[in-house]
Amino acid sequence: MINLYADVAVIGAGPAGLAAAISAHENGAKNVIVLDRNSWLGGILPQCIHDGFGVEETGTSMTGPEYAEMYINAAKKQGITFMNETMVLQFDKNRKIIAINKKGLHEIKAKSIVLAMGCREKTRWNIMIPGDRPSGIYTAGVAQAFINLYNIMVGKKVIILGSGDVGLIMARRLKFEGAKVLGVVEILPYASGLPRNVVQCLDDYGTPLYLNHTITYIQGRERLESVTIAQVDEKMNVIPGTEREIECDTLLLSLGLIPENELSRNVGIEIDDVTGGPIIDQYFETSLPGVFACGNCLQVYDTVDVLAMDAKKAGKYAVKNSIKQNKDINVKAGKGIRYVIPQKISEPGKIRFTSRVEKPCESPILRLVSGDKEILKKKLRWANPANMVEFDAVISAETIKSDTALEVLLDGC
Amino acid sequence: MAVEQEITCIVCPIGCKILVRATENQFELLDGNKCKKGIEYARNEALDPRRMLTSSILVKNGEWPLVSVRSSKPVPKPKILAVLKEIKKAEVNAPIKSGQLIIKNVADTKIDIVATKSIKK
Repeated sequence: MINLYADVAVIGAGPAGLAAAISAHENGAKNVIVLDRNSWLGGILPQCIHDGFGVEETGTSMTGPEYAEMYINAAKKQGITFMNETMVLQFDKNRKIIAINKKGLHEIKAKSIVLAMGCREKTRWNIMIPGDRPSGIYTAGVAQAFINLYNIMVGKKVIILGSGDVGLIMARRLKFEGAKVLGVVEILPYASGLPRNVVQCLDDYGTPLYLNHTITYIQGRERLESVTIAQVDEKMNVIPGTEREIECDTLLLSLGLIPENELSRNVGIEIDDVTGGPIIDQYFETSLPGVFACGNCLQVYDTVDVLAMDAKKAGKYAVKNSIKQNKDINVKAGKGIRYVIPQKISEPGKIRFTSRVEKPCESPILRLVSGDKEILKKKLRWANPANMVEFDAVISAETIKSDTALEVLLDGC
Repeated sequence: MAVEQEITCIVCPIGCKILVRATENQFELLDGNKCKKGIEYARNEALDPRRMLTSSILVKNGEWPLVSVRSSKPVPKPKILAVLKEIKKAEVNAPIKSGQLIIKNVADTKIDIVATKSIKK
């Protein structure tokens, strides 16, 4: 057993882990260790070769690899310790981490832990598509890694199920690499990816987007031979008679992402059923004192910019070790709102909230209330589930003392 | 005749819906942009649409088989296929530094193709 000590140990060296580690170091943590199972730093960024990263944060549009390099260089300059090809097996309530790599088993005692494990893609089995089990079915991110990192082309005639951003980006990428992209099939009445990706990945190349459609059957003996698509009604039930078989050799699944929290669950950290990430307070601290969460293991962000800015805050608060107060008030998602983060508030002050709405809506009014007291009222030009809604609000000491849960809601939808 | 059109801005992920009025060579911004970059984008999109192009190029003797690349400037939309064709034919030796020039004046566009990743030997 190799014994190590860290002021702040960060689990995951993707964009969130890098940003949190840099910020922890800048805020006084001398000994910062970042653990990652891959042989490289930056997580998924090196395979995201398209641009659009860093616009909100730096004012320049970078590609994924360029954005990653900016953070990796900064981290290396600060002397942050990276342990690559290292798998964290578990950590306990006293923040003792057990990790393994080629050198052997490591025990890392950490004053604070920052969780930055990222997320995983949903697969065929999350939505149970009936049919055969041929080859040629990939999640969009795996296809992206094959094509952009390993130079392996996935197929020639492609159908994409789900209009998440990775799926849209891959529709364009596959076109560039000479594949026929027969269409993107989306069960919802609107695209779930960002508007700009619908424009520049589908519209630009005339790739059809089948809204209110889903795949009802997968057929193929060895390799995928066809999929059957059908229209759905408002309740997402298949409308009989609308089925249509489409010949294809490849199916990409872009069905959404699930925060990766196996380690968090094992140690008993409370998880939010809607976000799939840990329940946190305004300091990004989870229900386990001294353990903080950021990045896509906390909530699936739409841009790396906002993710990194939040992760920097998590890294800063982690330096203070535990900020847990005895008394918390809850923040609830009300009408029209799917979730709100932070879910708990323990101290008065100006707080940045992030949330997601339930459905697209023109000029709604966002409200934050404590009982019948209105704390914030803000008119939005539009709201879209694909775009996170961020807002600041000042929470007073009285509000916290009142012991009434805060509620975020959307009016006029 | 000037026509009003709604342009979805693609500069950043917000995707502002910008309302413009444009003829073949005249442009008027009406509403909807949240930042200055949006004005520029909407003008270009109405008069001369361009796209930043990203792809990858084969690497010889590198730790990875590919290097990711980008166009130095947005490429006129009608030229995209021609640029991609040249990118496909290219091959480059490792080591490569991020920002390194890979193809100069690609497909006669006066635009260069540069590496976005460093690749070791």
